[in-house]
Amino acid sequence: MGLVHDIQGDGLGGIPHNAITAKVEDLVNWARSRSSWPASFGLACCAIEMMATGGAHYDISRFGMEVFRASPRQADIMIVAGRVSQKMAPVLRQVYDQMMEPKWVISMGVCASSGGMFNNYAIVQGVDQIVPVDVYAPGCPPTPETLIHAIETLHSKIESGELLKRRAATGAGAGLHVTEIERGAQPIPVILGSR
Amino acid sequence: MTDRAVEDVAVQDILSTIRGGNEPEQGLKPRSELTARELLREVGAVLRMSEAEAAKLGDLPLDPADDQTMIINMGPQHPSTHGVLRLMLELQGETVLRCKPIIGYLHTGMEKQGENLTYMQGGTNVTRMDYLSPLNNELVFSMATEKLLGIDGDIPERAVWMRMLLSELNRMSSHLLFMATNGMDLGAVGMMIYGWREREQVLRFFQKVTGLRMNHNFIRPGGVAADLPAGWRDDVLHLLEMIPPRLEEYDTLMTGQPIWRDRLQGVGVITQAEAIALGATGPILRSTGLEWDLRRDQPYLHYDEMEFDVIVGTYGDAFDRYAIRLNEIRESIRIVHQILDRMPGGDYRIQNKKVTPPPRARIDESMEALIHHFKIFTEGFKVPEGEVYVAIESPRGEIGCYIVSDGSATPYRLHVRAPSFVNIQCLPHMMRGGLVADAVAVISSVDPVLGEVDR
Amino acid sequence: MSETAEPEVVAPAPPMLHGVPLSDSHGQRVLHPTRAAYLKLVRTLLDETYTMCADLTAVDYLTFPGRALPAGVVAERFEVVVNLLSIERRERIRLRVQVPPDDATIATLFDLYPGSEAMEREVFDMFGISFTDHPDLTRILMPEDWEGHPLRKDYDQGRIPVQFSTDFAAKERAQ
Repeated sequence: MGLVHDIQGDGLGGIPHNAITAKVEDLVNWARSRSSWPASFGLACCAIEMMATGGAHYDISRFGMEVFRASPRQADIMIVAGRVSQKMAPVLRQVYDQMMEPKWVISMGVCASSGGMFNNYAIVQGVDQIVPVDVYAPGCPPTPETLIHAIETLHSKIESGELLKRRAATGAGAGLHVTEIERGAQPIPVILGSR
Repeated sequence: MTDRAVEDVAVQDILSTIRGGNEPEQGLKPRSELTARELLREVGAVLRMSEAEAAKLGDLPLDPADDQTMIINMGPQHPSTHGVLRLMLELQGETVLRCKPIIGYLHTGMEKQGENLTYMQGGTNVTRMDYLSPLNNELVFSMATEKLLGIDGDIPERAVWMRMLLSELNRMSSHLLFMATNGMDLGAVGMMIYGWREREQVLRFFQKVTGLRMNHNFIRPGGVAADLPAGWRDDVLHLLEMIPPRLEEYDTLMTGQPIWRDRLQGVGVITQAEAIALGATGPILRSTGLEWDLRRDQPYLHYDEMEFDVIVGTYGDAFDRYAIRLNEIRESIRIVHQILDRMPGGDYRIQNKKVTPPPRARIDESMEALIHHFKIFTEGFKVPEGEVYVAIESPRGEIGCYIVSDGSATPYRLHVRAPSFVNIQCLPHMMRGGLVADAVAVISSVDPVLGEVDR
Repeated sequence: MSETAEPEVVAPAPPMLHGVPLSDSHGQRVLHPTRAAYLKLVRTLLDETYTMCADLTAVDYLTFPGRALPAGVVAERFEVVVNLLSIERRERIRLRVQVPPDDATIATLFDLYPGSEAMEREVFDMFGISFTDHPDLTRILMPEDWEGHPLRKDYDQGRIPVQFSTDFAAKERAQ
């Protein structure tokens, strides 16, 4: 690679024009999909497989996701890994509300997707009753390959912009309109975004 | 109702659960609400002293004013709490005065569910309790069922040795995970990668044998579900050759290192009498110097024929517990070598038509075999009336299974004595008087698994 | 049917230990104290080197009232089961105490075994059996505003029926 003498001929001329005139939205979606940080929400056995996915053999660092942010404010994806009990459900919702838009949810494992083998009083039968889910990953627990497949599915949807377009069109991911909450002792969940 | 009204109602429901879901009654009460007697009772009971004696201990300010202390909440979602454990700490400055663990965030109703599952299906339920050593859960459940059936003396030799092999490999993988999470909690983030690297190899062996990496449902009443695959010896030998040099690496990285020692030595101290009073078992009890290991003291399977040492600590602190688990991996390697030499041939499950389904190939040939298979997998086999408690040594301590049978095909009452459930009671005692920065080290050294705590 | 009176068969008195009926269950010793004798018996066993309370749980015998019990033990709906361990002697012993449903209270073992605190709370949460003088008798596994005691036999598992249909054409039409 030598000096560029003639920018039209050597430099910019060699680059297809599309690379410069692409939409910022595409660039933003490209960046978002390759650097989405998960919020650590490992609950049960699926959390172990999620950690194994972060390990050296499966390595989600390849996809830019090895930093599990402890603070939901800094996270993009919430991977609900494990069974959600009745006592945990409000906590789940609170953590989801604290995340900043744009945010996505992967429901990992059958317990998170539908209650799994625990069809009883103690387990919420699917976290989609509490938070809007974008990708469901089945398995008990899903192997790291399945989780990576789910993550890559989500990434391709983020990159194509489909998920955010849908939310912009319909108004909200879960269709929740939050009404004014009276002053009380409980903190008010802050939801930024187009709702 | 319009869509919007429906959504508003749905949101109000969710918000009302959020408002109600803070469990103030189960949390730590501020000092102003507790009497002196209540405060002292907690301390006195563990130390087995009267309240008057506890008041004279003088190691902590007994009655700080309410505005000098701060109650903070840790969890249930927190990177360092090994699952959904919520801790409420009362701090004075950086010193922890009181601590209260609040559990139940992973309660799955497994004991209730177990009453509606047959004994063949029971393993799938029980295995998800302590999801880091699932084969041990299945083992204790199968042993309790076999005792009720009266066949516990007739399990074929190969099945018993296979159970031992899997149980010890599971102990290794669980302790490797402890190394990984303990390291990461204390800042040696690279340990997370190394621990998982070794564990991956063990899980691959499990996948070859049982079909699954975790939650296998492989050890069933009557034996095990399938025979060892061809070439298993080479796989196990590969594991046994790979892991010891890596354990030396961990020794270099952690054991002798001054930062590691400073962070763990003298942290989370518990004495022998206190540990016994609190019901702690496993590495916690052994770190106080007491040589109690159910494999040695109330042997099951063929552990009485195995040569291995029971590792004990001296000071009862977190460093001892770390060192015990590291060396228990080495002892498990020793045991697995002996199992490799002595694994017999034969059946992998008892030839008792009541509990063992016929081989799959026979189902195509014989109507009786088909009916037999069908009956076992749908109705289940009936277990005679009775009640039994069987306990084995899991990586976390004594895991026990108490089954009451009413003569039907499902347990009448299934209760699992989870070691972590009892070990968590040590946390307030270990954290008392320590710094809040050591709280994470203490939790990590207790190594709880919330799946079995909450069941 | 014969009209002659049958001779009365008196069951032999069960073996006793510390004044409490003793039975054997698959090679394990089981004691059956009454609620009144319970705490004193546990203190005696504690002095006799049973220093660890391995497990404390309960069973609801609502749908299995006819279980085998030694003679002289009055069966009630609930049973509190305590497993004690003697490290010195390497022995275990079990206690089964009958607890009636209308007065579901029993003494706490907290002062003898602090490790029983969480186990007794779990029994309270799951069965509704209260432990007198327990330092903190609140729910431990369920949310604190939960109604009902899940492990009782008259509490349903809470299974949601799942209806599977492979008639995809009908589902298409229905949408």
